[in-house]
Amino acid sequence: MTVDRQHGFPGKLFVVEGTDGSGKSTQLALLHQWLKAEGYPVFFSEWNSSPLVKDTTRRAKKRRLFTPATFSLLHATDFADRTERDIIPPLKAGAIVLADRYIYTAFARDVARGCDRAWVREMYKFAVKPTIAFFFRAPLDVAIDRIVSGRPELRYYEAGLDMAWADNAEESFTIFQGRILAEYDRMVEEFGLTVIDATRSIETQQREVREIVSRFLTDEGGAAR
Amino acid sequence: MKEMTFYGTALPGLELEPYPGKLIVIEGTDGVGRSTQIASLRAWLESRGHAVLDTGMTRSVLAGRGIKEAKQGHTLGRLTMQLFYATDFADRLENEMLPALRAGFVVLTDRYIYSAIARAVVRGADPDWMRAIYGIALVPDAVFYLRIRSAEELVTRVIFSGRKFDFWESGMDMYLGEDFYSSFVKYQTRMLKEFDRMSGEYGFRVIDSSQTIRKVAAELRRSVARVIDGKAARKARA
Repeated sequence: MTVDRQHGFPGKLFVVEGTDGSGKSTQLALLHQWLKAEGYPVFFSEWNSSPLVKDTTRRAKKRRLFTPATFSLLHATDFADRTERDIIPPLKAGAIVLADRYIYTAFARDVARGCDRAWVREMYKFAVKPTIAFFFRAPLDVAIDRIVSGRPELRYYEAGLDMAWADNAEESFTIFQGRILAEYDRMVEEFGLTVIDATRSIETQQREVREIVSRFLTDEGGAAR
Repeated sequence: MKEMTFYGTALPGLELEPYPGKLIVIEGTDGVGRSTQIASLRAWLESRGHAVLDTGMTRSVLAGRGIKEAKQGHTLGRLTMQLFYATDFADRLENEMLPALRAGFVVLTDRYIYSAIARAVVRGADPDWMRAIYGIALVPDAVFYLRIRSAEELVTRVIFSGRKFDFWESGMDMYLGEDFYSSFVKYQTRMLKEFDRMSGEYGFRVIDSSQTIRKVAAELRRSVARVIDGKAARKARA
């Protein structure tokens, strides 16, 4: 299992990536509904969801115990648990797995926080290569507007305040998201991400996503072999 | 003062500067007497006037509790376990070991990355993957490997100590044998082999731990004194 190699499992893995506020979760939820309605067995898995690691992450965020290295390592631990529990078993069973954020989120965020590019990639070497990784690309100001207007206050790590880039949360968040977007952009070619223009209407984006996903599906209710 | 050297890429955001302390690692398989030796070494170092910090696996503020809880349930997958240990290690390195070394402490650590790598590798993890992750580790001033000749000898110690066989120390997650005894022997035999393999690679100083506790302690004191006083100091290999 490496990100360089296609997995040999009968299932299909579709992931969505993008900066906060790019609309990727909305798109994935719509895709999920559609696949279920079409009768496919679908599993949904999201970032930061391992029951084993949850308490540790929550405590570390609350007490601000993270450094860039431990932030990166604990998220990799969480992702490993997801891989072993939620991703590989359904893929082996031939199901469709939908993942809201995948290894590219870690590559973008951790490198933006100063981790070594090669080190982070090496750490996630065990990950299953997705069938398709969608990157919902929204210009920085659009994404930031969506987040800042929809939320009373930015959280400490979310805003990147531990990095001391700026005193003010909104300014720090903007710097952080800018770095993240730059990392995503360089990964498009490196990992062959499928770019979706996230400035268009929700319906237009969803049509495009479904069209791409349907190329990998068969008619008999299971994922294509 | 010694320059900081790392096995791979240094920790992000770390300022590389010479440090006055000493990082001394005590390695060895389960039941070999590491904690006894560390307690005695610590008392001796303090009596000589050195400030000592001792630390060990799963003792981090960040991940220690989470790992212990996860191990209770035996639901911890193998990849997850290795990364959880690495998180614990990084937290202790950044928040305990490096600050103490900068402040001139002798840091005694009960195991370091070598045990973590050995446990992962005997469970089928890719050795290069483990080494890359632990590239963030500082190369210690010395690694003392408390070596025992055979797993059978360890079993005798476990039984005589009156403590029960531990699920993980017996490698019960690996289905190597039908009971704790045979699983323990098989698992620890593999661990010993893995340590021997790493011995040259990482420049372990081997201490024969089949000797009596007092003899091992005396040998450790002599060797540690040499490291601290800088005589015949030989850096662990990067």
